[in-house]
This record gives sequence, C-alpha cells and structure tokens, in this order.
Amino acid sequence: MSLPASSGGLGRWLGDHIAQIVLIPTLLASFAYVVLFSVWTFWLSVSTSTMLPDPTFSGFGEYAALWQSKRWTVSFSNLFVFGTFYVIGAMVVGTLLAILIDQRVKFEAVWRTIFLYPLAISFIVTGTVWRWIFHPQTGVELALHDMGWISAQFDWITDRDLALYVVVITAIWHASGFAMALILAGLRSVDGDIVKAAQIDGASVPRTYARVILPTIWPIFLAVAVVLLQFAIKTYDLVVALTQGGPGVATTVPAIVVFDLMFERGQIAQGSAAAVMILVALGIVLIPYALYMRWRKRQEGGDHG
Amino acid sequence: MAETTHADFDALSTGSLRRRITAKAIVYALLTVFALFYLMPIVIILANTLRPLDDIVRTGFIAWPADPSLSHWAEAWSTFCIGGTCEGVSRYFKNSLAMAIPATIISTMLGLINGYILSKWRFRGADLLFGLITLGVFLPPQMTLLPWAWVLGNVGLSNTISGLILVHVVQGVSFTTLFCRNYFLAIPDDLIKAARIDGAGFWRIFRRIVLPLSPPIVIVAVIWQFTGIWNEFLFGTIFTSGDKQPITAAIVAFSGSGTGERHYNVEAAAVIMAALPPLFIYLVGGKYFVRGLTSGAVK
Repeated sequence: MSLPASSGGLGRWLGDHIAQIVLIPTLLASFAYVVLFSVWTFWLSVSTSTMLPDPTFSGFGEYAALWQSKRWTVSFSNLFVFGTFYVIGAMVVGTLLAILIDQRVKFEAVWRTIFLYPLAISFIVTGTVWRWIFHPQTGVELALHDMGWISAQFDWITDRDLALYVVVITAIWHASGFAMALILAGLRSVDGDIVKAAQIDGASVPRTYARVILPTIWPIFLAVAVVLLQFAIKTYDLVVALTQGGPGVATTVPAIVVFDLMFERGQIAQGSAAAVMILVALGIVLIPYALYMRWRKRQEGGDHG
Repeated sequence: MAETTHADFDALSTGSLRRRITAKAIVYALLTVFALFYLMPIVIILANTLRPLDDIVRTGFIAWPADPSLSHWAEAWSTFCIGGTCEGVSRYFKNSLAMAIPATIISTMLGLINGYILSKWRFRGADLLFGLITLGVFLPPQMTLLPWAWVLGNVGLSNTISGLILVHVVQGVSFTTLFCRNYFLAIPDDLIKAARIDGAGFWRIFRRIVLPLSPPIVIVAVIWQFTGIWNEFLFGTIFTSGDKQPITAAIVAFSGSGTGERHYNVEAAAVIMAALPPLFIYLVGGKYFVRGLTSGAVK
C-alpha cells in the first residue's frame, strides 16, 4: 500500500501505529482491572490483613479457616441448591413459554414483552417487591386470612428450610424470560423440513418438540445454562433485598459472606479468599465451556483451514 | 389431513377442527396464567402506591385498593425520610442519573473505537488483547472491591459519583468493546481497504464508514449499559454513603431497616420510581434490548 510520504520519522511512525496508540488507555485500564486487581485480591487472601490491608505474606491459612467456617460451607451449599433449582427452573419455564409463543399466537410481541420485562428491573426492586408478597405480615398469608381462611399459613420466607426456595422462585421470575427469548430464537432457527418430516410420520406436537425440535437446539440450552449459572454464582443483590441472607444463614450465599468479611467483620484476608473462591467457581463453569466452544468452532471451520 | 403437508409447519394446524380449537385454547390459557404471574408483582405494587397506610398495615399488600390517593407519589419523590435526610428519593434518582448517563456515554464511545481497532486495524496480538478486555465481562465484582476502594481513595474519588462513573466505565468498556468488535466484523474489509487506498486515515475511516453503520450497535450498547449501571447495587453501596448513593442503595437503606414505622405506600412509590427508567427504556427499545442480551450473554 502506498501511503503519501509523511513529514518526519516520528510522524510517520505515529501514523502507522495510531490504532495501537489509541487502544493503549483501554488496555492499561483492562490490564489493571482484570490482571492487577485479581492478583491484588489474591495477594490479600494470603496476607496477614485484618481490618486494613497488610501485604505481609502469611500463607493459605485463611482458605483453610474459610472452609472450616460453618457460614461459608452453608453459603456454598445454599449456592449449590439455589443454582440447581434456579437454572433448571428458569430453563423449564423458559422452554415452555418459548414453545407456547411458537404456536403462532396472536399478539406475540405483547406476550414476549410481558415475560421479559422482569429482566429490565433491578434485583433490588425485584427482591423488595417479592419480600412484601412473601412476608406473612404483608403478603399472601395476610390476604388469605383476610379472605376468611384464618388458619392459612404461608411463611416460607421466615422458614429456615424453605426460605431458599423463595429466592429460587423470585430468581426464576426474573430470569425465565431471558431463557425464553434465547430458546425462542433457537426454535425459529430450526429447519422446517425436519419438522415437517416428523409431522408426516405422524408424530404428535409434544412428541415432535421433545424428539425433533428441542434436541437440535441443544447448544442454545447449554449457552443459557452457562449464563444462568454465572448469574447464580454472582447472586448478591437479590438476596440482600429479599431475605438479607436469613433467617439465620438459611439464604446466605458466598457473595454475602465476602461482603461481611471484608466490610463488616474486618477480616480482609479471609474475605479476599472467599472472593477468590467465587472466581474459581466461575472458572469451573466458564473455562470448560469456552474450551468446548473453541473446539467446536475448530471442528466446524475445519474445511477452510 | 392431506393438505397439512403443503402448508408451512404450524404445530397446531394438525388434527381435527375440534382438537385444533382445544389445543389453541390450552395455549392461550397457559399464556394467560403465566402472564398474570409475571404482571402480578408490578400490579400489586402500583395499587399499593395509592392506598392509605393504615389500610395496607391492616390487610397487607394483596387487597383491593380503597380511597386511592396520589399523594404518596409526591411524598416519595420529595419529602420521604431515607437515612436521616427527608428529601425523598429525588436526590438518589438524580444521583443514579448523574452516574449512569456519563458512564454510559463514555463506555459506549470507548467501545466503538476499541471495537473498530480490534476488528478493522488488527495487528499481531490483537485477538489476545481482545480476550484480555473481554475477561472483564466475567470477573466477579468481589475480586475488585478492595483494589477499587484503594484506587478511589488515592485519587480522591471516595464517596463521589465521579468515582462510581470511573468504576462503571472500566467495567463497562469490556462489554461495549465486545459488542462493537463483534458487530464491526461484519463490515467488509474491502470497504476499509478501498478507503485506505483513497488516502483516508484512521479517524476519517472511522467517521465516514464505521460510525454511519453503527447506530444499531450503539443502541444495543446504550441500553445495556444504562440498565446495567442504573440497576447496579454492590459498587454503589460500598463506594458511596449517605446522600451520594444511587437509588438502588437508597431502596435497601429504607426497606432493609426493620426498625421504625413503615410507610409501605410511599416505599412502594419509591420502588416504582427506581424501576421506571430501565423499564421505560425496555419498553421503547425492546427489540434492541433482546439483541444485546443474546449477543452479550452468549458470546
């Protein structure tokens, strides 16, 4: 390429490298954010920090202490139960809604808008609203009493064994529209001929979906599951607004423990260790998925080099 | 029925007329039930913004509104007491606007330029750098809290809205760069090459070719960034306090405190106000909202 000869050496060099130069601020910020901040927090997790950060190395004792604390192990098992029910629930509801909308219904845009709007609303608003609905003093139970059913009981949100499922239901309300949107896009991409063939073979509608259509869009289910798992691991605001982690530790999740350790209890090292564990959990979900996607891309792109 | 083989696939157009009608009825019935479940919370909260307090305390949130009054909206906006100051949520609403609007604009502009470079001015290592930038999408915020606290403290931005803008721009650039880079990949390289042969430089190509093609992705990025930043809570609650907090933190401040007299109707109005801006954007730009969701989430 013959560019017009520019004035001096430096000017020319700048002109040739303008793209790299313009990118530098973002790269510095991203490097600081992704790499330095991560290393920094990791370093704090193996330091002697308590109320204030202190860079003196102390080893991995805080990780051991973290995994020995009841609060942390409970929060992790809560995350496990919550994540499982939330991901499966949101995907089941999302699939059902997508299939229903796929039946050439009238006013499709309206239905979609209704099912997806929770996603635009913050977890804080969502949690606050559903707490009012679930709480026995303000919500469903009181309404049932008022209607004359005096013995009615609906106090899941204050029940140690059931409160976590309140979080699950609320989170499904928030996210199932997201699953619906992606799955519906998948349904629309399925080749009509396969479907017609199944119909001609006499397969019923539910059977056609279960045997032919849904299996062909499994990569979408995988993607939705990964995204939802990522939401689940990062869950914080929703629980703060809905149950504040209670009653007791019944709905405490890892992100809440991180906050408490870092900012309430003055255990910065252990809080950092907990944050690193959240990063590890995310890695366990995302790294295999990323590797798999790469592998698949390479398989598909095999023909043209 | 033989003619179904000729028609386009329509799952419910098979079988006898009677079966078809039953099937349609089931579909609409199910959709209606789900729609009611999704709409119920917002309807309940809206209704309660109008009800007198003693009525809510007596019968709870789920009851038919009697004696509706709009006065609680005004109270929520301008005189409601949150954390000791009685200025309503208007102050926090404005804080959230003052945070979300600049952060959205800056991160979107940076994303456009970065995406342009990483898709059309690729150099050796560009893909690696793109990978680094997009890792910011996945990094859990907990890993950044203490470093941010230190940085904000040392540059004098502790407890300021500017500090929150900085945090959101740095985090947001990873999203906007991801969106824009993947979008610009679709612009044919020949178009850029031709412009370069004509003597157009880096900025000229950006202004004349790339920017005019950008509106769809700008809308996606703006919607995504604004809703995300408006709705964010963790950074807001940690890096600001008192009257500098964004509205999400203010909501938790009044609704989380279990003590004192509750003002459910005013609180309900305040909660609606916190939900309105992103909801409005969603209703206006729904199509782009979904597009951002699918491209941002799956990539």
